[in-house]
Amino acid sequence: MRSTDMTSPPSPIPGSDTPPIKRRSAWRWAREGLFSSPLNILLTVLSVWLILYSLPAIIDWAFLSANFTASTAQECREVTGACWAFIREKHRLILFGLYPYDEQWRPLLVAVILTGTLVISAIPRFWRRSLALVWVVSLTASGVLMWGGVLGLTYVDNSRWGGLPLTLILSTFGIAFAFPLGVLLALGRRSKLPAIRTICTVYIELIRGVPLISLLFMSSVMLPLFLPVGFSIDKLLRAQIAIIMFAAAYVAETVRGGLQAIPKGQIEGAESIGLSYWQQMRMIVLPQALKIVIPPLVGIFISLFKDTSLVVIIGIFDLTQAAKAALSDAAWRGFGVEVYVFISIIYFIYCYSMSKYSQALERRLSTGHHR
Amino acid sequence: MAEAIITMQDLNKWYGQFHVLRHINLDVARGERIVICGPSGSGKSTLIRCINRLEEHQQGTLVVNGTELTNNLKNIETIRRDVGMVFQHFNLFPHLTVLENLTLGPVWVLKQPRAEAEATAMKYLERVRIPEQANKYPGQLSGGQQQRVAIARSLCMNPKIMLFDEPTSALDPEMVKEVLDVMVNLATESGMTMLCVTHEMGFARKVANRVIFMDRGEIIEENTPDQFFDNPQNPRTQLFLSQILH
Repeated sequence: MRSTDMTSPPSPIPGSDTPPIKRRSAWRWAREGLFSSPLNILLTVLSVWLILYSLPAIIDWAFLSANFTASTAQECREVTGACWAFIREKHRLILFGLYPYDEQWRPLLVAVILTGTLVISAIPRFWRRSLALVWVVSLTASGVLMWGGVLGLTYVDNSRWGGLPLTLILSTFGIAFAFPLGVLLALGRRSKLPAIRTICTVYIELIRGVPLISLLFMSSVMLPLFLPVGFSIDKLLRAQIAIIMFAAAYVAETVRGGLQAIPKGQIEGAESIGLSYWQQMRMIVLPQALKIVIPPLVGIFISLFKDTSLVVIIGIFDLTQAAKAALSDAAWRGFGVEVYVFISIIYFIYCYSMSKYSQALERRLSTGHHR
Repeated sequence: MAEAIITMQDLNKWYGQFHVLRHINLDVARGERIVICGPSGSGKSTLIRCINRLEEHQQGTLVVNGTELTNNLKNIETIRRDVGMVFQHFNLFPHLTVLENLTLGPVWVLKQPRAEAEATAMKYLERVRIPEQANKYPGQLSGGQQQRVAIARSLCMNPKIMLFDEPTSALDPEMVKEVLDVMVNLATESGMTMLCVTHEMGFARKVANRVIFMDRGEIIEENTPDQFFDNPQNPRTQLFLSQILH
């Protein structure tokens, strides 16, 4: 039955013409990319002017005239450039907040462990069941290291936690719990059962209708009023729950968008071979729906990472708050720009990595059906 | 008539106010091959989709292989295990390879060991003549190949009844034959009970035991293929046949 082969996509026939090779010369690139129309020429000239105008000043401020070594603020004020010595002086306060100075290797280790766990989880080669174990181990290790009180580590109350590890803890746990919760809410909102659908819809709309700040306030100020006397939930945990609840509602709406993009035929195909509802969702619908929403989903995770800085308003000492604390030292006043550039770079590294990773993931998951 | 594998008694269904199935009475014998035709919107797809509960009937009784279709989820599960379906738009899972498409049901629903499911899958891929495509994704195949994969996917569940919902109407003309060949082959070699919504009159003449003509939600006429095509009784059937046969 060779005739069926007529229907397969044409394969290259020996001796057939090959497509013309596009020459990528620099001149051609410039002509096509930079000078293809009057508007493009104008924009190119403007951009070049802007770069030439600002770049030397930035380089001068950040490197040439900067002071990296000063030991007092006075020395730093004598130069016109950036005072990186201030970061050198205060980096431990910025990175680790009020954590006891001699114990700061512990939060450092936690930051490394959490970052490492996130990186490992991002590599497809490690996507197997044992990854769950890695998560349990690294989250437990993080808890032990931060709190201490066992294994000869001194106890550190979590009101003294701060800086980068705290930001990482809030966002890692935030993503890890908001994602599954959001997926369940999205499925619930599309459920055939009216009770579940109503609960999920009300939840999503309520949460999306209020700012994260008010949720954090409510969790820290109002929640204790409702709890029985003598019963209290830790402040950090309350903030964490508020962040999870907030992000989950946004994840839910994004995932719902993906679910709606899956043709009805996919569910009918799955039903026709007898898959149950949860099997249909897990094996057919969600893998396709989530793939569609990777870009907005990563957008939510990036916002979540940055939004953890809002916990400052209920007195939790995250990276931005630690930066502010560093500025309040009377001996070192007036170096706000340096500090905020420094923490911006930290935020940027994490957020840009997430963004790059989502692009790589999209490429990896494409199976050629969007021809 | 031999033992009935599907029994419909006074089946009724509405879409809102629209009465899409009107008082359908139909018995299908085990091993019988039925072709259902009729103008667009006559309810023929809805009728066969009721058999595996992709659509819900609102009145009447529908018994499939000894199990009555009700809201009972267990019954629906049992029936779906016995009934395979091939769709107009294939409905393959684009994120899974051909082989994964075929083994999904056997592994997760029938709880077969993966190796056994893969062996069965390869057997059916050979039967639909595309074993070499096993590790490709559906998007890399032509329409005709995809539909043959879809047929193999249903067969992997070892169904007792196969439903075909316009299996060739979304295909390019030159691919219709390869799919019909597979269906003829299935009909003549396996003795499968088949219900097929199609306008392929050559196919109907070749394999059908019975042709059913539906219009406006009713079964207007049913007969053997030869009688049906050569000597239609109802004026609406005559009009329909004159339109599709030019």
